[in-house]
Amino acid sequence: MEIVVLIVIVAAIALFFVATYNRLVTLRQRVKEAWADIDVQLKRRHDLIPNLVETVKGYATHESTVFQNVTQARAAAVAAGASASPQERAQAENMLTTALRSVFAVAENYPQLQAVQEFKDLSENLTATEDKIAFARRFYNGNVRDYNTSLQTFPTNVFAGMLGFGPEQYFELAEATEREVPQVKF
Amino acid sequence: MASETSPARISIYDAAAANRWRTVLLVVAFTAIIALLGYFVGEYFYPGGGLAVLPFALALSLGSAFTSYFAGDRIVLAQSQARELAPNEETELHNVVETLAIGLGIPVPKLFVIEDSAPNAFATGRDPRHASVVVTRGLIDKMDRTELEGVIAHELSHVGNRDIRVMLLVTILVGTVALLADWMWRSMFWGRGRGRDRGGGNAIIAVVAIVLAILTPIIATLIQLAVSRQREYLADASGALLTRYPPGLASALRKIAADREVLEVANKATASLYIANPLKDAPTFLDHLFDTHPPIEERIKRLEAM
Repeated sequence: MEIVVLIVIVAAIALFFVATYNRLVTLRQRVKEAWADIDVQLKRRHDLIPNLVETVKGYATHESTVFQNVTQARAAAVAAGASASPQERAQAENMLTTALRSVFAVAENYPQLQAVQEFKDLSENLTATEDKIAFARRFYNGNVRDYNTSLQTFPTNVFAGMLGFGPEQYFELAEATEREVPQVKF
Repeated sequence: MASETSPARISIYDAAAANRWRTVLLVVAFTAIIALLGYFVGEYFYPGGGLAVLPFALALSLGSAFTSYFAGDRIVLAQSQARELAPNEETELHNVVETLAIGLGIPVPKLFVIEDSAPNAFATGRDPRHASVVVTRGLIDKMDRTELEGVIAHELSHVGNRDIRVMLLVTILVGTVALLADWMWRSMFWGRGRGRDRGGGNAIIAVVAIVLAILTPIIATLIQLAVSRQREYLADASGALLTRYPPGLASALRKIAADREVLEVANKATASLYIANPLKDAPTFLDHLFDTHPPIEERIKRLEAM
């Protein structure tokens, strides 16, 4: 009789472990997939920047420090993309965003440039990409939240570490890339 | 970053899991309806022959379920005369769809247009990998960016929640039940002469068969409409969560409601797929029971309360 009770208890514990382990794997996999989405969009942004710099350079010849800054920031962001953690990448991307903003500020002083089709296309493309980064980031952070919550709630938190699960990092970008709430028009 | 930790976020994974069960339940329910119908028709024509009809009824039900699963989206798209948009056509719309799909974590669906000036949209397909979003020319022309985002976010929520599969199955299964009942009704009408000289037991079966022939298509339609109405509220809510801007969809719905044009290519079977009822039909006495959509004012009210 005792043997049966023991077997049932052991089986229940084993089942619980298997279910928890599998859930954590699923949630962590979702975080990874969401991160891949961010990665694609960040790479896209990195690819657009050299063309933008070349186009603006053609008109704004005296602003070399601005271009140097953005080129450096881009190089740092690309380097961070190879290995760094979400937090470090976000830092590099924030620097790039700041540098990019100064390029657009410079571009505003050159009305002829605003009329160039290539410049229009590039800035439209960049805006669309930043929009996508913002949405990809939101999806990623939502998945990280789900995973971390499930990791840190009892009783999973007791043995999650033993099974090799650690919390994932959020991807926090500067507020400026967050889309502003548009005004209601009636 | 309070926006990320909002507890109101509905996970598409949860909604999708719930819809998997709903799909199974629906197929079982419709199979039962069709089997019941088949059995009594069999009994009516050949007393004791009801069971012989069952395999045919089951084959018909499963056959239509399979057809709708694998080819339903193509049937609906062809019926609606939708044309696929090339990547360089309507780039702003492509951008909106791509961006919001990224936000929802689903593959970018195929994009179609219906050349009709009535503003409307729907989504179809069997899963996010085989999904299509369809908009009318009127929607592209009459909506501004935030309204367009609201509508597309609503449609993509249907895709992410797997509503599209449920609605596709329901649409085609209801069609099958209607077809079967109609066919039965006709054959009973033509075969009535023979039924008259039967005994009392047969009379009961005849009554049951007739009642079923009348009721099943109605019940099937009611299931379809109830499912569809409930999905609309959820898609409105998760769409608004996706854009973080409920007034966009609210304003789009208001514009669609104010537009009196009828979408020519929509019919009773496909009407419940659209974001708002495309038929604009006149109210009848059982109005709300047969609505394909919740009242638009109620949807706007809920969006404004968010």
